[in-house]
Amino acid sequence: MVNPHPDLTTSVIHGLGWAYLALFLMNLVWTIRVYRGHTEFRSPELFGGMMIPSATPWAVYSIILFLLSLVHLITNAAPDTFMLVMPEFAKNFIDGFADPTIFFALSVGLMAAVIYFRETLVKPTVAWTILNMMLLFTTFSLTDYDFRQIVGKPDNVPIVSMLYIVAFFTWLYFSRAVENDKRKAEGRPLFEQEKNEKILVWPDLVYTELICMIALTVILVVWGVVLQAPLEEPASAAKTPNPSKAPWYFLGLQEMLVYYDPWLAGVVFPSVILGGLMAIPYIDFNKLGNGYYTFKDRAFSVSVFMFGFLPLWVAMIILGTFLRGPNWNFFGIYEFWDVHKLEVLNNVNLSEYFWIKFLNRGLPTAADIPNFISANVPALVTPVVILLREWLGILLTLLYLGVAPMVMVYIPKFKEFFFRMGFVRYMVFTNLLLMMLALPLKMVLRWSISLKYIVAIPEWFFNI
Amino acid sequence: MSVGEYIRDSQLWKSVFRHPAPYDRRNRVVVMLTNFFLHLHPVSIKQQGIALSYTWCMGGVTFFLFLVETLTGVLLMFYYRPTLEWAYNDILALRDVTTLGIMREIHRWGAHAMVITVWLHMYRVFLTGSYKPPREFNWVIGVLLLVLTLLLSFTGYLLPWDQLAIWAITVGSNMARATPFLGYEGPGAQLLNIGGYDLITNASDARFLLLGSRFVGEATLNRFYILHCVAIPLVVALLIAIHFWRVRKDGGISQPL
Repeated sequence: MVNPHPDLTTSVIHGLGWAYLALFLMNLVWTIRVYRGHTEFRSPELFGGMMIPSATPWAVYSIILFLLSLVHLITNAAPDTFMLVMPEFAKNFIDGFADPTIFFALSVGLMAAVIYFRETLVKPTVAWTILNMMLLFTTFSLTDYDFRQIVGKPDNVPIVSMLYIVAFFTWLYFSRAVENDKRKAEGRPLFEQEKNEKILVWPDLVYTELICMIALTVILVVWGVVLQAPLEEPASAAKTPNPSKAPWYFLGLQEMLVYYDPWLAGVVFPSVILGGLMAIPYIDFNKLGNGYYTFKDRAFSVSVFMFGFLPLWVAMIILGTFLRGPNWNFFGIYEFWDVHKLEVLNNVNLSEYFWIKFLNRGLPTAADIPNFISANVPALVTPVVILLREWLGILLTLLYLGVAPMVMVYIPKFKEFFFRMGFVRYMVFTNLLLMMLALPLKMVLRWSISLKYIVAIPEWFFNI
Repeated sequence: MSVGEYIRDSQLWKSVFRHPAPYDRRNRVVVMLTNFFLHLHPVSIKQQGIALSYTWCMGGVTFFLFLVETLTGVLLMFYYRPTLEWAYNDILALRDVTTLGIMREIHRWGAHAMVITVWLHMYRVFLTGSYKPPREFNWVIGVLLLVLTLLLSFTGYLLPWDQLAIWAITVGSNMARATPFLGYEGPGAQLLNIGGYDLITNASDARFLLLGSRFVGEATLNRFYILHCVAIPLVVALLIAIHFWRVRKDGGISQPL
């Protein structure tokens, strides 16, 4: 019987051959570059401790890539006997991490690591090694059927490239920022202050623009010819796809729906994000770091912005696109999107924790409130019951947004913020910050104690 | 006299370009001042202001993509009919049989690219601190342009009228149902009633305003088509003009002090 979902086919093997050839050419150029630099390094004592040209390991690596490419391009082996595939145990190992908790923790950890180790990461050799590892991982993963299905979907192609582009520009930023921070510490002029003569816009800028426009036109035409734009079956209101996904750039917001109700995830938080973005120039009182790349001069603001952009926006889009399958269940990158995959959801509201688990009784009802209310103002019965039932969650929410900023003043950094910003601006700033942290906070509460809602008022569609 | 000189010496040429070719310094200045398209630029600029490693060129790329989208979009409007009967068939024909149907592929991929380049432009502007005084308000306009870019992409998403389109728009617009006070499943909507009659129902709430209907249907297609082709692009064009104008008025691209 023919396997309908083959990990490898002859055309996939040939495609991979071309991919390895491209990798080989990239590294050939790199090897020549390193060779021209005439640098050497000392091999470990175990291997004799002699001086080896830095280009040698790159040359060896390039040759291996070339051989890999040859093997893929000229092989006659039947696809199912071809040995160079992602091994099952590696797939299972990586899929074992398929969990939104781990994914989010990893993306935050990755961002923190990039900031902490920035001085190492900006070294060209290190960055090139990481790029190669990323590309090799992607290429090698393409030997898996399910991975190819999800990465190769036409609408997902821009998202894969976005991952690489964002990584590149983050690297570019850090390489310039680290350079400038070093220059500043040594009292030398900034990178942007050197070679900064006035030049004429014609020809220097207009020709750059012309070349950019031609290059972009070529890219768009080639892209349009090679890859057909997504077009699925004709619309049918009767056939709901599973999963139903919003356009890819809104998938971060759709992911929020797992943790918050639509009125928050779909309306309030997006508005807060946009309002918060617009408020940035009026909150950031730091005059340093205007017109040049730096990390040290504005470590806090850059870290906060990166936290919002990288783990909370880009990584959430990646998660929503590649890892959320049928029924919005979480799937590993090599996992088959099984419609029947079951995930037990047994989430509990805070009020249920308080009244049922802690006080060991039922939730408050109309019978629990004083008689004079129901006798005199019957319209107040429902609100009072709700208030009684949800008082803990309401109190905690008010404390979080109203009192926590005041407590944060005891952190020296925030004390400075308070005095520099004044009360109103400080409250706006801390509230924006706390709302930004509301998503990770709810995630942690969901995973640790299966918390559903902090405030649950389904009667009024008001759940937090 | 060579042909080139003959042409440049003619009355016709001189009526269009009022100065000699920009070969010397004087005429390179004059060309910037007398050409309508070039006068967006200053005459001279600091070297770092055009260094790709500083600017990433993402704002410029976004603007160029906006122009590409406008051009391909206008061409597509000659062909595509926003009705339930024809929308999908027209897109299918653009893909399979129509001459220059590649305009649709370019339009679609350009739209994806534009969303990404807007984000990268914003990322760069933040990382160089370019929103700091005196450029605060231009950042605000930039955020508005970000919203409008996303809305342009969102409204365009529906037009092919395939499964991807209607369900993505259904999922996206379902959020409007939960708008506080203005969505019929939003908190506070029950409060808006007069004598027991709800003001906010599924036929009068924010989602209905967006869709022109209780579900994604022909009215929605028409509404999104107008928004996508006329309404939003007009606002975007205006804001882009202000955005560029302010860049110049605020002293050009940000520089170290």
